[in-house]
Amino acid sequence: MNFETTIGLEVHIELKTNSKIFSPSPVAYGADPNANTNVIDFGYPGVLPTTNKGVVADGIIAALALHATVEQHTHFDRKNYFYPDNPKAYQITQSDKPIGHDGWVEVDVDGVKKKIGISEMHIEEDAGKNTHERDYSYVDLNRQGTPLIEIVSKPDIASPAEAYAYLEALRQRIQFTGISDVKMEEGSMRVDVNISVRPVGQEKFGTKTELKNLNSFNYVQRGLEYEEKRQQQVLMSGGAVQQETRRFDEKTGETILMRVKAGADDYRYFPEPDLPALNISDDWIKELGDAMPEMPTKRRERYVNELGLTDYDAMVITQTKEMSDFFDATVALKADPKMAANYLQGDVNAYLNDNHVDLQATKLKPANLAGMINLISDGTISSKMAKKVFKAITNGEEPKAFVEKNGLVQLSDPARLQPIVDDVLQSNPQSIEDFNNGKKRAVGFLVGQIMKQTHGQANPQVVNKLLMAALQQ
Amino acid sequence: MANRINRDQVQHVASLAKLEFTDAQLDAFTPQLDDIIGLFETLSEVDTDGVEATNNVSDQLNVMREDVADNWGQSQALLKNAPDAARGFIKVPAIIDESEDN
Repeated sequence: MNFETTIGLEVHIELKTNSKIFSPSPVAYGADPNANTNVIDFGYPGVLPTTNKGVVADGIIAALALHATVEQHTHFDRKNYFYPDNPKAYQITQSDKPIGHDGWVEVDVDGVKKKIGISEMHIEEDAGKNTHERDYSYVDLNRQGTPLIEIVSKPDIASPAEAYAYLEALRQRIQFTGISDVKMEEGSMRVDVNISVRPVGQEKFGTKTELKNLNSFNYVQRGLEYEEKRQQQVLMSGGAVQQETRRFDEKTGETILMRVKAGADDYRYFPEPDLPALNISDDWIKELGDAMPEMPTKRRERYVNELGLTDYDAMVITQTKEMSDFFDATVALKADPKMAANYLQGDVNAYLNDNHVDLQATKLKPANLAGMINLISDGTISSKMAKKVFKAITNGEEPKAFVEKNGLVQLSDPARLQPIVDDVLQSNPQSIEDFNNGKKRAVGFLVGQIMKQTHGQANPQVVNKLLMAALQQ
Repeated sequence: MANRINRDQVQHVASLAKLEFTDAQLDAFTPQLDDIIGLFETLSEVDTDGVEATNNVSDQLNVMREDVADNWGQSQALLKNAPDAARGFIKVPAIIDESEDN
């Protein structure tokens, strides 16, 4: 039996606004429990929410970034459910007229490009956070009212690898708009997953299961791979897939039954009476669209077609907007693009990983990276010396001044190198004989001697040229 | 009784509201709720042909505030109305973790 897989992803993205979606309480992390709350967040009787204009703007930006149609006559709806982290016993969200619909992102899985549809995206409030201890649970409402965008995919995702690629494309595009940090490890991006399989040719979708505890893109892919196989095996052995929620176990890579879904959820949505509807003008959409930064796909095209980077280099450089902006600024200062890309992927990324920092939190500056690369390009320093210079520019030092201060200048002048070459040759007649007898290794030894004499400052290319000229006389 | 709502539906709505009713209560509330819905049905008598549906009775539009944070510093006062509080948290009976997504 052959199967086809249908995957649906619901992605929640936390917005980086100053204040909450319906109250002016600050959106900030690490505060004392309930410190960033007010009567509105607590859902006290008689309070009125007010819509944060910044959240609506971010919703429009996200819609534009994901090629969605902005719903210009939009409003909020009330979703009713009881849970201790939800003090009003309802969540203000959008159901009827979400702010964006019918978008798409393009993914590339093993060189095959595919558009994955987004059915809708809406803005809503986050709930508080519960901490569980033995006999009691503890509720912190600091997160209550934090603005979220929920992005719902169309049933276009046909494999776990496509799910991964979709999430990565989504993360990048949103990251480039600057409306969210979109970091799964920090909870600013959360993913709910459902999957079903059906025999090829069957019109009706199979019964879907929902997966929980997928805390990284990798786990999403692995959880889906396990679940895809499990459902296929159930069907092949003549069984039926149950509608249920399963938990991904990070240690075993398996999914474990959490609970069986009994009946559909009953949230009794209705239009939110406390908040007037919104009419979004063409002008506002245009204004926000015009201010949008260049998206990663466009940048990759530019890097490959205009700057000669490989697809791989272009992909790594566009992981974050900060990295890509840094690259653009470095190249604008006449640094060789290929070298700039290599340094960002190699030494810079290693530095960021070793120190667990983001690029913008370091003292690295495009001007200094460009300065260092230009010193390598014009032969002032060797790439070996550049190791020291790189360390200096991570401390915010200006490369040219550092090189001069530390006498790191490469010796490239043939007139100054020739006497040293002659001297070394004179002291090593055995090596000359070896060379003449066909032992090419002798050259390496002689170069080593010259480097030693110059304390490593000789330009290896110039030394090689002079040495070969002398030996072949 | 006009059967606008049945006993199972009342039971369902009660469970959504986390209420538990005895059989006797269900027997009593079902016709009462049926009457209440009947009262609201009076609204259906109004002729709404050609009237566009609305989702908000307010005639205001685009009421928004600028994204400026302002901490009203109320948390201590707010916690006073919580049934119990500890270490700045609202303290509640242990929750069996069913679903924290929405």
